[in-house]
Amino acid sequence: MEFLHDLQTYEFLQKAFITSIMVGIICGVIGSFIILRGMALMGDAISHAVLPGVAISYMLGINYFYGAVFTGILTAFGIGAITQNSRIKSDSSIGLVFSAFFALGIILITRARSATDLTQILFGNVLAVRTSDMWLTLAIGSLVILVVILFYKELLVSSFDETMAAAYGLKVRFIHYSIMFLLTLVTVASLQTVGVILVVSMLITPASTAYLLTNRLSVMVLLAAFFGALSAVIGLYFSFVYNMPSGPVIALATTALFLLAFLFSPKQGIVFRKIQAFNRKKLA
Amino acid sequence: MSDIISVKDISVSYFGKQVLENVSFEFTSGHLIGILGPNGAGKSTLLKAMLGLIPKDKGLIEINSKPINDFRKKIAYVPQRSNIDWSFPITVKDTVVIGTYPSLGLLRRPRKEEKEWAMRCLEQVGMQDFANRQIGELSGGQQQRVFLARALAQKADYFFLDEPFVGIDVSSEEVIISILKKLQSEGKTVFVVHHDLTKVKNYFDELILINKQLIDAGPVEKVFKTEIMARAYESPFLMLKDLEVQL
Repeated sequence: MEFLHDLQTYEFLQKAFITSIMVGIICGVIGSFIILRGMALMGDAISHAVLPGVAISYMLGINYFYGAVFTGILTAFGIGAITQNSRIKSDSSIGLVFSAFFALGIILITRARSATDLTQILFGNVLAVRTSDMWLTLAIGSLVILVVILFYKELLVSSFDETMAAAYGLKVRFIHYSIMFLLTLVTVASLQTVGVILVVSMLITPASTAYLLTNRLSVMVLLAAFFGALSAVIGLYFSFVYNMPSGPVIALATTALFLLAFLFSPKQGIVFRKIQAFNRKKLA
Repeated sequence: MSDIISVKDISVSYFGKQVLENVSFEFTSGHLIGILGPNGAGKSTLLKAMLGLIPKDKGLIEINSKPINDFRKKIAYVPQRSNIDWSFPITVKDTVVIGTYPSLGLLRRPRKEEKEWAMRCLEQVGMQDFANRQIGELSGGQQQRVFLARALAQKADYFFLDEPFVGIDVSSEEVIISILKKLQSEGKTVFVVHHDLTKVKNYFDELILINKQLIDAGPVEKVFKTEIMARAYESPFLMLKDLEVQL
């Protein structure tokens, strides 16, 4: 309860609170489409690949947003180029491209900044969110939510049956790269809160939890956003009260929610499935 | 008035390997057309190339001498069952509603009218009682009927079905073929990739026979003959025996 009091008192805590909720929501929303399109690894790749962009922006003295978006998009195109123009399969080309970008990023950032900065970027420090970061996150969040609401229909059909979407004239490759672009924006917005390495947990885990609980995409997206936001607030709480790094706490919070759904989901949970199987046996 | 759909000189290759070579044919609308050929003959590739879903080395597909791109929204595609993620979080009804998307265009959402229309299409294939099920909970035949309902919801003029009869029950097969015949009688054009030769004569009125190249195309009674079929299916023994029964 003291936390609530502090939340009303300290402005930096309010900024961290608003930012983490927004990050949780948009990670859940974009993450839902990422996992349904079988692009979970792609999420991991892009989040790692923004690192050199952050370093270069720092060297040039510009906002890290521009560099991060640039290298994120470059990665998406690089992976696409290797997959389409060689016999290398997509999971291999993802690993190939993002490890190179990540390595380059680490070298650049150790040259450009101190080691503490690197830790913050890698693991997140939600309490250090500045006003400009908060506005950036809110702007990205609004854009992501707006795009998903306006083009929900197109996102649904291209994720579910890409061939049919292409057959009736949707530009499916454009949609693919648009999602990659949004994914990059979401990653950049999450840098402060969860850090580069664990963004993937925010993208994949809340969406997977939601996936176990519903048979409707719209419900899945809403649930994923809710689980993402909840995990982010839990992360903020532990970070503030127990002085823990926010990224790992958020990642573990998403995992805890997932385990609950995995065990107790009415349709998919293994506990209920075991009980049903046991009852059937008893009847027979 | 009937339209003319023509395929001119299509060639397709994957990584330097030729899959289709100079395939050309022409049909008027109002036919139920089977695409036949042995495994690996390029049947699905032909279907996808006609729809412009894969890059062609060369060739044209035209309807009344206009590029097929002008008719996109009037084209319904029913994928092979193996190409669908059956655990996708979507219900039977919402799957059929997708059929109304092309006519809605960007930004407009399906409303009550579209949903009611989707239900009527589900009734046509006899799947209305399953409207709220998740698609993975259905049998293979039921899944195929739902996807046919989606194609009906599109109110298309051209239908492309990729192996719709693989691994489905007899009653679903009957429902599907009777709907395809009804579409044909309404003047629609239906292309079906098919590999089971036993019911060819009962199902189709026109055939395209390919094995990388076009072997023959035209009315069933002209194409479905032992000597022509043998040219497509290079191993004659098993095949020809099957055919003798029917011919």
